[in-house]
Amino acid sequence: MIEMTTRQADQITREFEGEADELIGHYPVSKRSASLPLLHHWQNHFGFVDDSGVEWIAAKLDLTPINILELVTFYPWFRREAAGKVIIRVCRTLACAMAGSYDVKEKFCEAVGLDPHAEHHGFGVAPPTTPDGKFSVEFVECLASCGSAPVALIGDELAENIKPADVAALVKTLK
Amino acid sequence: MPALLPTPHPKERRIIFENISKPGYAPDIETYLAHGGYESLKKAVTMKPAEIVDAVKAANLRGRGGAGFPCGTKWGFIKYDDGKDHYIVVNADESEPGTFKDRYILHQDPHQLIEGLAISAFATNTHLAYIYIRCEFPHAARIVWNAIKEARAKGFIGNNILGTGFDLDVYVHQGAGAYICGEETSLLESLEGKRPYPRIKPPYFPAVLGLYMKPTIVNNVETICHVKHIIRLGAAEYAKMGVPGDGGTRTMCVSGDVVRPGIYEIPCGAVTIRELIFDVCGGLKPGRTLKAIIPGGSSAKVMRADEIYKTKAKAPDGAMVDKDLPMLDVVLDASTLQSVGTMVGSAGVIVMDDSRDMVWALNNLNQFYAHESCGQCTPCREGSLWMSKVTTRMLDGGGRADDSENLKSIADNIAGRTICAFGEACSWPTQSFLAKFPEEFEKSEG
Repeated sequence: MIEMTTRQADQITREFEGEADELIGHYPVSKRSASLPLLHHWQNHFGFVDDSGVEWIAAKLDLTPINILELVTFYPWFRREAAGKVIIRVCRTLACAMAGSYDVKEKFCEAVGLDPHAEHHGFGVAPPTTPDGKFSVEFVECLASCGSAPVALIGDELAENIKPADVAALVKTLK
Repeated sequence: MPALLPTPHPKERRIIFENISKPGYAPDIETYLAHGGYESLKKAVTMKPAEIVDAVKAANLRGRGGAGFPCGTKWGFIKYDDGKDHYIVVNADESEPGTFKDRYILHQDPHQLIEGLAISAFATNTHLAYIYIRCEFPHAARIVWNAIKEARAKGFIGNNILGTGFDLDVYVHQGAGAYICGEETSLLESLEGKRPYPRIKPPYFPAVLGLYMKPTIVNNVETICHVKHIIRLGAAEYAKMGVPGDGGTRTMCVSGDVVRPGIYEIPCGAVTIRELIFDVCGGLKPGRTLKAIIPGGSSAKVMRADEIYKTKAKAPDGAMVDKDLPMLDVVLDASTLQSVGTMVGSAGVIVMDDSRDMVWALNNLNQFYAHESCGQCTPCREGSLWMSKVTTRMLDGGGRADDSENLKSIADNIAGRTICAFGEACSWPTQSFLAKFPEEFEKSEG
């Protein structure tokens, strides 16, 4: 069997490109400003940003690929490889830590079957992900919900006042 | 987001949060209009732009994002008729640990922000504005987008606002998980699509050279919302709510070891630390005593509960005399907190009781700053990581004999030696925790 190319840029649809053009239209003064919106658009669509994505966005905005790659490697949100379908981002910072977020993160890892002590530094690398590709769990810095600590951003939803004992049941609702 | 208590505490005065706390209040434009929405914009467009700027000055509104710069002064740097394009960028990149007020406004009352923004744009001759929302608020971005569309359909933004001939386009721009983008020049670089390294000063103010090198106002979400209320109430009435030099209300975000953490909107200077913790927030957890608070977001210097500050006060005969000020009696406003060596910052108050280990708490913050340093300046990039490594080893039982001194030396060599205020923000916790709780750090030395 011939190995198929998996360049993300080869899978772009007309609709995807139309949405990208609309985003660029939000920046009448400089289309370079659309770099972050296009990276979000790309990652939301493909799950991560590969080399072809970096090149495609750069070409779209009349930039060189390094102008885009240096953003992917700077911002913790972007990654160069696939993460789980549901990403569980547990807040690590002070108010959440005081309310037990380290314990909560361990319980999330246990509930989805990940090593709670795996090292993860972000910056392009996907967070620890279950072999079935369903879940990733990571610590993130302050999610700005310190009054209802500890919190986690699960996909797009914020879970608040999480009790370690409730984590397993919470994960079941995601399966 | 926990709902606000339906009945405000007697110490509160809800201006920004007046509607949000009403049962059934929704973020759509019909609800907003039914609660007097866009009436202040209608009033503002009958005023001269300079009158609006003067009102914001007279209201003594200080920025609510952390730096506390007088908002009217900032606006005053913009010359209305300089022939240049002007921009406003709303800083909705709320990420200072301990701070969570803008989250409520964005999710629950986006039109309040858009109305304040339209008034601000009218006052400064601005026709293009961006609302920079951190991407960890995905719903907020959608809600604010929708509100922009609603407001445009009703003619409150867009072309020819309320028949005045004034145009304003507003767009949402999402961040990508970097705390540094809350620094205003970093935010502008980010919005320009570049690596968000803070800009070298001078120029000190984006109002001189900002977005696309044009005069730009960067204001926090809450600050822009206050503009609406300054127009609604009048500058004098608004200023009266606060103290001289710090007008209006301030949204205090209380987290940590109190019975009722949450959002409390309180006239500037109206409560002491004692009143905030033991009255407004219902006190500490049973059997606990107060150890410390961080009064203005994690970068603000920590205050120890048994500290007594040496301050100056005016005697009846007008002479300045020394006065001992116990920590619990410190008033939570900009000038008082500054006089005792810390800051009101973003008004994120993190409360710690006697169960808390200060080496552990500082290590948590040091890890935050090490993660978030943008890496542009060597003292901050290297120093924030060193501080984090030192407190980690102290916590893990591997502390060395001179670690307290090491930490202090690292922090002292970052503050004042970096392009942006992150250098101070990451040093102040270490400097203040060490100064206030030396015995805990000495215990963790080898």
